[in-house]
Amino acid sequence: MSISVMLSKLGEGMITSVLIFTLTLLFSLPLGLIVALARMSKNIILKNFTRIYISIMRGTPLMLQLLVVYFGPYYLFGISISSGYRFWAVILAFSINYAAYFAEIYRGGIESMPLGQYEAARVLGYSESQTFMKIILPQVIKRIIPAITNEVITLIKDTSLAFSIAVTEMFTVAKAIASSEKTMVSYVAAGIFYYVFNFVVAVVMESIEKKLDYYR
Amino acid sequence: MEIFSIKNAKKSFENNLDVLQDISISVAKGEVAAIIGPSGSGKSTLLRCATLLEKMDSGELYYSGEKAAWNNEAGKTVYASPEKLRQIKSKFGLVFQNFNLFPHYSVLKNITDAPISIQKRKKDEVIQEGLVLLEKMGLSDKADAYPFQLSGGQQQRVSIARALAMKPDILFFDEPTSALDPELTGEILRVIRSLAAEHMTMVIVTHEIEFARNVADRIIFIAGGVIVEEGNAESLISDPQNDRTKAFLNRLQR
Repeated sequence: MSISVMLSKLGEGMITSVLIFTLTLLFSLPLGLIVALARMSKNIILKNFTRIYISIMRGTPLMLQLLVVYFGPYYLFGISISSGYRFWAVILAFSINYAAYFAEIYRGGIESMPLGQYEAARVLGYSESQTFMKIILPQVIKRIIPAITNEVITLIKDTSLAFSIAVTEMFTVAKAIASSEKTMVSYVAAGIFYYVFNFVVAVVMESIEKKLDYYR
Repeated sequence: MEIFSIKNAKKSFENNLDVLQDISISVAKGEVAAIIGPSGSGKSTLLRCATLLEKMDSGELYYSGEKAAWNNEAGKTVYASPEKLRQIKSKFGLVFQNFNLFPHYSVLKNITDAPISIQKRKKDEVIQEGLVLLEKMGLSDKADAYPFQLSGGQQQRVSIARALAMKPDILFFDEPTSALDPELTGEILRVIRSLAAEHMTMVIVTHEIEFARNVADRIIFIAGGVIVEEGNAESLISDPQNDRTKAFLNRLQR
């Protein structure tokens, strides 16, 4: 296999990896906020349900969760698994897993906000939702960006776990090429890809952080 | 005309401490009342009950004759509907000890956001008024600055402007100079004094006895959750009648 063929195959895998990454963030970031709010709710059922959910998501391997989400419908309910489900199983498993981690980051950020901010808003007549959206959340985002960056970088590397249910992302392709062609080149190429991807993400996150630096 | 009154306010916290035991205060239009008292006397709680940050156990609360809270048959406080309370909230302003400015908003936005987005007043008008307020506070050049770039005294002046921008009938101050370095308290006291000269109705919780004596029409001395003594500012300070008032003033003068 020539290098160019190898790279084009890896390129296809790369697109899948980027897609997993993007879709997971798209779903898990807002979902995490909802989970965080449920976790802090006064409703005991909601609070305990989300507490257990977060505990399970953080307490078991993502690969196991991925397998359960993918094979669960068949083993538990006898629903036959369509081939199109494979990719979405990854998105679903990743999103609910990352939402749990993001939820705890949001919660930490929200709970770190001084009470005075809420009180000032209340006296000025802001409603609860206006207070949250206009006063609290923007400040929370600034506070949690470094922690979010950590998770986002972990997610890039975690996309390779899709390999376990044979979704042909970058790492799956690299391994296939390596064993059929008896070469390390595909691994090296994959490694470079992950590194560059991470580097770009780190630069982007840093620029967001800088942008929010206009206040303290 | 009575702008604000709180009647028979009682409040205790979970540790069974009776913070407020039957306190009644009313403030007339244009009047400046100062509340003094030792720490833990309940003066901050009183202010927080007046500004709806804390709920009374029993008691009544009125703003310009409008009922914000009253007692039910069992003698427990019932509050007006959230909508009514929102309307009542635009009748008063509160200046916090720690300013509590919104750090992510510029100085001007701190002042103008609530009038624009809560009171739904015309944007151009509010901004114009905001700039006038800043000029009055001596902060014309700080409109685009952010709170962290200002000194404590400047931040407190912004927070006074923020409260004034809502056009309240009455302004409450919760120890407005306590978080400031001593050399910065003067500028805040000057601002409050100039508001008093314009006949702004104010209730000021303070430790600055000399200031209270100068600026207030009436001083209310609170200790142990009750009003121990109240009266004309000058005479209460120079000739206190109650022993607890005497002891408190003596301790401060030492």
